[in-house]
Amino acid sequence: MDWLESAAFSLLVVAGCSRDPAGRLGLANLTCEMAQRGCGSRDSRQFVSDLELLGADTSASVSTVHCSYGGAMPAESLLETLAIYADLVRRPHLPPDQLDDARQVCIQEIRAIEDELAQKAFLELRRLQYGDPFGRSSPGTIEGVESVSEADLARFFADTYRPNGAILSVAGKFDWRRLLDHAGRLLADWIAGDAPPWQDTPAAERVVHLPQESSQTHIGIGYASIPYSHPDYYEARAAIGVLSDGMSSRLFTEVRENRGLCYAVQASCHSLRDRGSVLCYAGTTTERAQETLEVVLAELIRLGRGIAQDELDRLKAKLKSSLIMQQESSPSRSYSIAADWYHLGRVQTVDEVRAIIDGLSCDRINAYLESHPPRDFRLVTLGEKPLELPVGIS
Amino acid sequence: MEFRKETLDNGLEVIAECAPNAYSAALGFFVKTGSRDESDANHGVSHFLEHMAFKGTATRSTADVNRELDEIGSHSNAFTSEEQTVYFAAFLPEYHDRALELLSDILRPALRQADFDTEKLVILEEIAKYEDTPPFGAHEKCMAAHFGTHPLGRSVQGTAESVGRLTRGQMMDYFRQRYSPRNIVLVAAGNVDFARLVSGAQQYCGGWEPFDVRRETPRAGAHRSLEVFHQPVAVQQYVIQITNGPALEDEDRYAGRLLATVLGDDSGSRMFWELVDSGLAESASMGACEYQGAGILMTHLACAPEDTADNFARLQEILAEAEADGLTEAELTQAKSKIRSYIVLQSERPVNRLFAVGGNWIARRQYRTVRETIASYERVTCDDVAAVLRKYPVTVNTTVAVGPLRDADQILAATGGNESESGILNRQY
Repeated sequence: MDWLESAAFSLLVVAGCSRDPAGRLGLANLTCEMAQRGCGSRDSRQFVSDLELLGADTSASVSTVHCSYGGAMPAESLLETLAIYADLVRRPHLPPDQLDDARQVCIQEIRAIEDELAQKAFLELRRLQYGDPFGRSSPGTIEGVESVSEADLARFFADTYRPNGAILSVAGKFDWRRLLDHAGRLLADWIAGDAPPWQDTPAAERVVHLPQESSQTHIGIGYASIPYSHPDYYEARAAIGVLSDGMSSRLFTEVRENRGLCYAVQASCHSLRDRGSVLCYAGTTTERAQETLEVVLAELIRLGRGIAQDELDRLKAKLKSSLIMQQESSPSRSYSIAADWYHLGRVQTVDEVRAIIDGLSCDRINAYLESHPPRDFRLVTLGEKPLELPVGIS
Repeated sequence: MEFRKETLDNGLEVIAECAPNAYSAALGFFVKTGSRDESDANHGVSHFLEHMAFKGTATRSTADVNRELDEIGSHSNAFTSEEQTVYFAAFLPEYHDRALELLSDILRPALRQADFDTEKLVILEEIAKYEDTPPFGAHEKCMAAHFGTHPLGRSVQGTAESVGRLTRGQMMDYFRQRYSPRNIVLVAAGNVDFARLVSGAQQYCGGWEPFDVRRETPRAGAHRSLEVFHQPVAVQQYVIQITNGPALEDEDRYAGRLLATVLGDDSGSRMFWELVDSGLAESASMGACEYQGAGILMTHLACAPEDTADNFARLQEILAEAEADGLTEAELTQAKSKIRSYIVLQSERPVNRLFAVGGNWIARRQYRTVRETIASYERVTCDDVAAVLRKYPVTVNTTVAVGPLRDADQILAATGGNESESGILNRQY
């Protein structure tokens, strides 16, 4: 992407919250916080100030599978920034005298979610959809974070910050050969570890109501779908696009425009490596929540009956625009190639994805919907009153 | 990159930053109107009208507008602030003509009664959503307390009561008083053909009737008070402080922004190290906002209720220390580096340039390249920041706290300050 002045990277290690041991929920998140408190020759303050002087706009987050570090910066700062992050994943100080501060930071994060009701409802929906450990929320629990010891942290780091399964992606303006040499010097002698298999337990409940004093009711609806790596993924994604992408989408039209039921309503595809789901959210005032739930469910059922050509045409225009505009942003391209590598084991070029979008047809999408109609819904409501699932819908 | 400008006979200005090699283009109508141009009687009308623009025109229904915006694959939206209402779309260059025609058309909305009634429900849902979301209205309450009867004291969304009372007639009156081509700028960025843009603007907007529009821009006086609003539903305590700062026509606004970055950026700032990195608070940050004739520095603190008094005292120490001693060279250098990188990264997307170019033009009728903007930050010295701190003492501020706490004493317990100096009020809702 030589037309840009920037470069961006994503560095993923298989150190997500699905690796949290029982009784230590939140350990992955705490390790991520601690890893950023000094590494290599830098202490905590030096780490932050060096990155800021390099102009690196950085981020760190923990998902169920990965801990992801990333940054975007002026192109000339890329190699130096990568050297700092190689230190972070290989030689963090994990300073014992900062463990309590870091623990407090993580507890603040858990407390903050208590006030973010839409997010709280959504996290509960993910738990229902994926069970344990893939439906976990990365901040974990206050008890879990409080019980983490120095030894827990050291063990978690030693077990999970390893090159097997780790992904480094770079996009933007850079010289491939120099980058490769540099990454080789930084990471080639990183020693692989063991990755034990996950123990997968589905959630017992399908419907959950979280009582909450609030003027709004938050509704989450989920159902199983196919993962990103599935050959029909783009058919599944297009169907959800018709449901939710853009102002002429079915949910926006029926829930917001025609009925004025809520301000925010949306559905999206979510994917793990071996399974996927569709997750929907609507937030509305309590007295209108039952009607909102019924309208959203009716739209999900109707989607199973197929989509129309004009809906697909609009969606294609939107998907193609987004794809091309991704070329204007090194961080968004870097993120997407890391995701491709994890899910597919290879990177799809922009031209390849464009050809897939062009090739989408109503017939194939409708055939997909016929064999995979939205059903077996999971439901989370958060608000003053529980809602009723309409008759005939499970 | 080339800057171009043209004015139509009816006063509509058309400006563009053309980047012929860009992948996408972005267009926006920047209307110089917002909540500061409202009255108590039509509070919330600017934002409601922005929603109504998407509900149809003389020749298009709501469904037509939504469908056509999606047909061109655009990323389109609109937003309203205290001083601007912006309608914009980012799209691939081949859709330029359709995007321009469509955006121009929605700037003359039909404002049909049935659409007005349905959309009012959506706005009321939006207000309910914000009242339920952190910081539970603390931002609006603090602006109201700080600005009092100054036009900037009025919130952008309005209240459930004020929006509930609004009539279609009031909205039409407001439209007829504010949406003059003399009060609107058509802005473009990215891969746009300027001659084509101007001829399209002439065709679609040339017939808009011009009239004069005024705005009052009084300076805001310094203000000091503390109000506590009890919100039992909240788990965390939210505290917002506003102090006066440089206005958007002031040259010292760059120094003001650097000051806010050093004291309260999300990472690496004094507030970050003292309160966030230590885990004492969920967040503590400061940002600068500039308006016409007035500016503010706004500080946010979120933390557990039982830690609020101690954290609030630490925050006041940070402000007092900055006011007494200013910043160090090293801090200023680091802040400049951060801001420079942020501006460069942002400028890679035409839609971001649209907001930078349009916002600057509507505020100051001035075009600045990325390089010129960066140079303005680079020139700032520690003395310039010290001058801002003398002109706008950060310890003179308006405070609003929302959350489980009930009394001002619970906020002030650790400051050792003289409470009688503050206009202390306790409120419950």
